[in-house]
Amino acid sequence: MTLVAMLLILAGLFFFAIGVLGILRFPDFYSRLHAAGKSDSLASVLVIVGVALYNLHDFSFANVLVSLKILLIAVFIYVASPTATHALTRTALVLGIEPWEKGKKRR
Amino acid sequence: MMDTFILAAAVILLLLILASLARVVGGPTIGDRILGGNVVGTKTTVLLLLIGILYSDLGMFVDIAIAYALLNFIATLGATKFFLRRRNTDEVLDEIFHQQEDAVDTTKGGPS
Amino acid sequence: MKAKLVTFVILLIFWIIMSGMFDGFHLTLGVLCCLLVAFFSNHLLFTEAHPPSLRGCLGFVVYLPYLFWQIIIANIQVAFIVLHPRMLDKIDPHLFRFDTVLKRPLSKVALAQSITLTPGTITVDVHDEQFTVYALTKDAADALPGEMEQRVARALER
Repeated sequence: MTLVAMLLILAGLFFFAIGVLGILRFPDFYSRLHAAGKSDSLASVLVIVGVALYNLHDFSFANVLVSLKILLIAVFIYVASPTATHALTRTALVLGIEPWEKGKKRR
Repeated sequence: MMDTFILAAAVILLLLILASLARVVGGPTIGDRILGGNVVGTKTTVLLLLIGILYSDLGMFVDIAIAYALLNFIATLGATKFFLRRRNTDEVLDEIFHQQEDAVDTTKGGPS
Repeated sequence: MKAKLVTFVILLIFWIIMSGMFDGFHLTLGVLCCLLVAFFSNHLLFTEAHPPSLRGCLGFVVYLPYLFWQIIIANIQVAFIVLHPRMLDKIDPHLFRFDTVLKRPLSKVALAQSITLTPGTITVDVHDEQFTVYALTKDAADALPGEMEQRVARALER
């Protein structure tokens, strides 16, 4: 069980790194949202599930309750992350941030 | 062994937070800065859980992490709403000032 | 009435997980709080026009594994694009619109969230039947609405 938890945390760190790289490398705001919105939610859920599994290695009722709470964070992140992305996109469109198109210089 | 692994993971996460701070500081637009803040907040939620394992007091740190996730979400929504609102105020102000200028123009040009 | 009852049960489960205390004082407090909140604000969770149903719940549970698989595919695709040395050749971002056949607000929200989480697309705006979507690549834009809309329709519309 500890091994599975370690693997999950490692995978989560990998996707976090992808998210940060994407934020730094993509040419414009909207494609940065792609990297941030997708990678971050999956990565944090992977790490959170890993921590919840690791927490169960000495099994007791209190620990099961704590793990349920941790999973609640995961559910919340999955509802909240797309909503935040959506709000950011709309604000950017209203503020008039221009999308990048093929052939333009990166900003 | 597991503690060392968790510590290493926490340090890597901290470095990633520093990297995404570059986007907050140097982001060309307001949206980039808010996005950077949101990303840092998500990572911090996870980092709090890892710190909880290191202190072997996960039950307490989970509550902090939940509060932090909620705050992060609400902060992002609040920031986006604020900039939407400001845009609308700007438009309204522009209209008002245009009307005033028009009024001044007509009074100046009126008598002649 | 049914909506209020279901809201109360959900809130009570939430309270028990969050508090972790099982003595009489805390449980009574929880039941009182949940009753008050369920009585005054049940319309926030379930609207009167669409009361909760067992079938909708089951449909959503069937829909979740497909969604999770799509999320994993999306992340691998983003990872591929980000790690590609000539990234700018790979992406071709553009906005496009499509009309949906979904009627219930809940299923529209579910579709919007799913589009944001799945490969190469982000929902920008939902206005009545019209979805505005920002796609990262041409392929991702062609794939919509397609299979995902049908699955959401099967899961949450009745």
